[in-house]
Amino acid sequence: MTSTREPVAPADAGARRRAPVGAVVVGVLGELLITLGVLLGLFVAWQLWWTDVVADGEQAQVVEDLGWAVTEAAPKPEPEAAPELRRDAAPVPAEPDHLTTFATLQVPRWGPDYVRPISQGTSRRDVLDVLGLGHYEGTAMPGAIGNFAVAGHRTTYGKPLNRVEELQVGDPLVVQTQDTWYVYRVTETQVVMPHQVEVIAPVPNQPEAQPTVATMTLTTCHPMFSARERFIVHAVLDHWMPVAEGVPAELAVGAQAAGGA
Amino acid sequence: MYGWLWRTLPGPAWVRVLILLALAAAVVAACFTWVFPAIAPHMPFNDITVDE
Repeated sequence: MTSTREPVAPADAGARRRAPVGAVVVGVLGELLITLGVLLGLFVAWQLWWTDVVADGEQAQVVEDLGWAVTEAAPKPEPEAAPELRRDAAPVPAEPDHLTTFATLQVPRWGPDYVRPISQGTSRRDVLDVLGLGHYEGTAMPGAIGNFAVAGHRTTYGKPLNRVEELQVGDPLVVQTQDTWYVYRVTETQVVMPHQVEVIAPVPNQPEAQPTVATMTLTTCHPMFSARERFIVHAVLDHWMPVAEGVPAELAVGAQAAGGA
Repeated sequence: MYGWLWRTLPGPAWVRVLILLALAAAVVAACFTWVFPAIAPHMPFNDITVDE
């Protein structure tokens, strides 16, 4: 950028306008750096705000497109009508193809409107950045003996696991597939290093052990806005219920208040 | 750089301002649509899975 304004006399315009080469180089360099700074700021805005705007819409659409996902809070069931909780062996869906959305997650602790899709796979570009929660391929399916492991973003791309640190032991994690509700209850949270894959082992943290119960594990980044560690939530299957029989009491209106949220 | 851009654009000042605003909007749109999604996977702060 030349700092001098247009000279009045056209005769020596060429001579006057030309600033020293060094000043021009420094000026252009400065402008490039300012531009870079603005672009970096834009990137932060895009990452922290725009990806949420886009992903929130996409994930809500994915849930809607399922056709069978129950998203409305249910009226509180009459006490005498409450069905008996089933704790026998739960039906287990077959593991679907990569990218297939096969379940939803609802967490009363995170509000009555919280419904997110769970899809097969944990690759970022096509599952976690787009579809929301991702099921670790090869880990157990919902209801199965073993560990149903799910990953999700915490600060970006719709941040499905944003409020993970608010979870308390005993909080329900309600998973719905097309035919079945699975109500897991939080047993433990922990912070681990990214390479500690034993947290999603069939028996969490005991890679060699044979599983005897159905557990669920959530993984997300920790601390927020960093990938230094992972925040892990473990839960165990409490009971299950056919979708045809209604909605689990955990999702009923007012259940949060009753649960002490 | 920007001084050169300003002098190169045609028309009175308000036309140049409009052109520059349109250019800036186009740059932001291109970044949001193509550039940022392309570089985001290489950023280290979005990893949320455990793996070896």
